[in-house]
Amino acid sequence: MDEKIKLPEDAFQPVGKDDKLDDEKIAAPSRTFLQDAWHRLKENKAAFISMWILIIIALFAFTSPITAPNPNSANPDYANLPPKIPGVNINGFNGTSIQGGQRVDQYKANNVPESKHFILGTDYLGRSLGQRILHGTMISLLIGLFATLIDLLIGVGYGIISAWKGGVVDLVMQRIIEIMQSIPNIVIMVLLLLVIKGGILPIILAIAINEWTTMARLTRAQTLQLKSQEYVLAAQTLGESSGKIAMKHLLPNLSSVIIIQTMFTIPAAIFFEAFLSYIGIGIQAPIASLGTLINDGQRNFQFLPFQMWYPAIVLAIIMIAFNILADGLRDAFDPRTSRH
Amino acid sequence: MVKYLARRIFYLILTMFLIASVTFFLMKLMPGTPLNNQAKLTASQIHTIYQQYGLDKPLWQQYVTYIVNAVQGNFGTSFQFSNQAVSYLIGSRIGPSAIIGAQGMILGVILGICTGSLSAIRKNTWVDGTANIISILGLSIPSFVFAILLQYYFGLKLQLFPVAGWGGFASTILPTIALAASPFATTSRFVRTEMVDVMGSDYIELARAKGLSRFGIVFHHALRNSLIPLVTVIGPLAVGIMTGSMVVENIFSIPGIGEQFVKSILVNDYPTIMGVTLLYSGLLCLVLLITDIVYGIIDPRIRLSGKGE
Amino acid sequence: MDAEKNILEVQDLTINFHTYAGTVQAIRNVNFHLKKGETLAIVGESGSGKTVTTKTIMGLLANNAEVAKGTVKFHGKDILEMSEKELQAIRGRDIAEIFQDPMTSLDPTMRIGRQIAEPLMVHKGFSKSKAEKQALEMLKLVGITNAEERVNDYPHQFSGGMRQRIVIAIALVCYPEILIADEPTTALDVTIQAQILDLMKELQEKISTSIIFITHDLGVVASMADRVAVMYAGKIVEYGTVDEIFYNPQHPYTWGLLNSMPTLDTAKGQLEPIPGTPPDLLEPPVGDAFAARNPYAMKIDEEQEPPFFKVSDTHYAATWLLHPDAPAVEPPAEVVRRQKIYQERLSAGTINQGHIHSKGNTAFAGADDDDAIGE
Ligand SMILES: Nc1ncnc2c1ncn2[C@@H]1O[C@H](COP(=O)(O)OP(=O)(O)OP(=O)(O)O)[C@@H](O)[C@H]1O
Ligand SMILES: [Mg+2]
Repeated sequence: MDEKIKLPEDAFQPVGKDDKLDDEKIAAPSRTFLQDAWHRLKENKAAFISMWILIIIALFAFTSPITAPNPNSANPDYANLPPKIPGVNINGFNGTSIQGGQRVDQYKANNVPESKHFILGTDYLGRSLGQRILHGTMISLLIGLFATLIDLLIGVGYGIISAWKGGVVDLVMQRIIEIMQSIPNIVIMVLLLLVIKGGILPIILAIAINEWTTMARLTRAQTLQLKSQEYVLAAQTLGESSGKIAMKHLLPNLSSVIIIQTMFTIPAAIFFEAFLSYIGIGIQAPIASLGTLINDGQRNFQFLPFQMWYPAIVLAIIMIAFNILADGLRDAFDPRTSRH
Repeated sequence: MVKYLARRIFYLILTMFLIASVTFFLMKLMPGTPLNNQAKLTASQIHTIYQQYGLDKPLWQQYVTYIVNAVQGNFGTSFQFSNQAVSYLIGSRIGPSAIIGAQGMILGVILGICTGSLSAIRKNTWVDGTANIISILGLSIPSFVFAILLQYYFGLKLQLFPVAGWGGFASTILPTIALAASPFATTSRFVRTEMVDVMGSDYIELARAKGLSRFGIVFHHALRNSLIPLVTVIGPLAVGIMTGSMVVENIFSIPGIGEQFVKSILVNDYPTIMGVTLLYSGLLCLVLLITDIVYGIIDPRIRLSGKGE
Repeated sequence: MDAEKNILEVQDLTINFHTYAGTVQAIRNVNFHLKKGETLAIVGESGSGKTVTTKTIMGLLANNAEVAKGTVKFHGKDILEMSEKELQAIRGRDIAEIFQDPMTSLDPTMRIGRQIAEPLMVHKGFSKSKAEKQALEMLKLVGITNAEERVNDYPHQFSGGMRQRIVIAIALVCYPEILIADEPTTALDVTIQAQILDLMKELQEKISTSIIFITHDLGVVASMADRVAVMYAGKIVEYGTVDEIFYNPQHPYTWGLLNSMPTLDTAKGQLEPIPGTPPDLLEPPVGDAFAARNPYAMKIDEEQEPPFFKVSDTHYAATWLLHPDAPAVEPPAEVVRRQKIYQERLSAGTINQGHIHSKGNTAFAGADDDDAIGE
């Protein structure tokens, strides 16, 4: 250990304060919490891909009034045509299907003009399945988004008020939630839909009304926690109004909880829409939603499986993507990784 | 503990009463009557039917009668099957629903526990990845799609199980699997999260430091601690089973409550709808109560503070 | 008993963690040894690698850890080469550990009697009833009153201090040769801290175990340790007997630590924390890692890592200040005061140099300079 070490002459010069190594350099550029979360989300490949898939699906769906203007135009001559993509000759996409043990070109058999083709085939009324799926996706997404929006407004408001007022108000409001949660949500939705029948709005309402309780609970818990924090207390003593405090301090802090819960609520809402439409009390014909399309398709599943497969696949992809994205967001916001 | 129980039971009764009342008035708001399905009746026939259902009396009287009857388990007569009591209708259909519901729940939860804990123990390996994909699929694929696919491929094509209908254990297999998907996915994800949390805790580190084997750590410490909180999701799981049974029973033509419920909804059979609504709500309340009690029994921390109450 | 035999020898230990941000060089070329029956304290700021060192000895490193170099020899056998099975046989039986936070280190759903009995069932093959009987004895030994009734209680029914006693009972139930105590009192309040430390000393004598005592609080070390190793940024920068470190410190970092430690004299409010923060171990600086915070830093500190310079047979420090060519510097006043005491005691012959004091801290027994050590 005591080996002779050759050292330069000035080795033992003391180092002045200024040219000292600066170890307190900040290694990475400082980021806000949201930027940090966004960064972590981008690193989660599955979640990031899911996000893009959803964006693309949404683009296709919401442009469908232009790109697919006739989802409801029926033509009995074209009923139940299999998918046909011009120039592609793979069974399943070339307009042929097996009939009586033989592969038959259904487009020829039904005298469909050469120029006419349906990429995803047609349904039992001869409506283009592709157009109907685009349209149905749009309706399903709309219902999911609006139901979630309402759910968000009610849930967050309810949660903040309940936590902020505290005392008896809180107690009563929590009891109400408890009662709401001890009724199976499907029952609430069915009852509501029986009273306010049909149409998109009642469905949105019905779904929103039974989903808000979770949001309210999470918001309340988070608010309670924040309420005891110093800067909120300070704001309170300085005489800021409750509403202002909520807008300025609470909402930003609640944002991660809200965003995560929203991402879980949207697929739940889409699922319930599909479910209600499937059992026949949701969207009414001729409007398409993914649920009604699956319901229509399953009747012929044995012979024309594509009629159910396509809408079902679209629905499943949307649900999967939302769930993976929600998981990813939860992990991104809570790097310590998720508890609920 | 007794006081706590008494309070819980009081709330249960209050909840049920509220649900019954709300249901009643909602139904009164509704346009349909038993006559919707039988067109062209004479005035006197209509009068007889109204009398039969007590629809000629004032609203409050109908309400009191309804509540009094409901308490006695009498929900009136079905509109659809005009001479069948709702309670009888429900009673005759509850068996199949209970069987596939319970089977689906048990299968789903047990499989979910296995996959969830395996996935947590082998965190970030291919086992975890596969389990994750399966549970996301289980969460994302609606039960009606899953049921139809099961029916088509395993029933119709491979002919392994009966396609539909009720009779014998074999006929319950596909519906059970279809119902199990959702509790499986939920349980699996829940257990994984809990277990990952537990596995990272100090007491697991201490168990390692004691020289316990992997097996010993998982079985003596990790499992119990991560499964106790699972009790809290049994309620939501039960709701999932009820929801699922509505479509699954329909698809597999099982003469159960769910199938009847959907039928009743489609023909505006209000007495039956109300009956099933109360049944489902009562069941959920009961499940929530029981899980609460069970939670208190199996978690030592709550068990003792419960004593103090 | 061969008191001078090393039961544990750590050589050139270098451990990296692979993280998303890069490779964290948590432990760099660490050497130390542990003799039978002695207490070695490892002292250092948060993040200096103390816990990682203990985890290595237990064979409980995180998944993302890589042992880049080095050996950890327990009775001559390298722990780093052992299979998981062999490690399991050692953990809890030969080497046991007490964790920092007693509130979280007990399984909340298992009766404490069973938790204490577990190591006996695993390592000694005791039946459940026999193990639990011995667990009860252990519980009495660590000073839980009413032990017979309390063996069947759950952790949440005990206070923090009592839980730490239970954790100690678990660690000692198999009479391990080495007890690793990773900041065992940090989470407790001061009076309880003293009780726990006393208990550890008492038990150490009873079952003659060696202790590796991890702490960032030099004050605790004085009453516990025979030897002290000071760690900074993943390296040991100075080691020696407790007297040597307390009264004749050589490394500026040790000076800083002593200067920031409250004693009866300094309690009047002249505590001087070491300015600055430890370096980022993702990219440890070249030269002496402490240079940036070192008021005595020299040019060489920023260019070349200092080797260990020998102060006495038992005392080494890695600082260029000890190089024969280095200029003499004036250490902080507190250190100068201590070094004066050292000189006095050296001539009086009451300094412990090199050998282990067998009973407690005899060196301090009659000392009126106890106050210099602080609490
Ligand atoms: N699993 C890990 N992955 C990445 N880095 C790690 C890991 N474990 C420890 N480290 C890093 O290793 C360094 C040493 O950590 P260690 O826990 O040993 O510090 P310590 O001296 O015990 O501190 P404290 O007094 O806070 O307990 C730290 O910089 C820490 O960030
Ligand atoms: Mg540590």
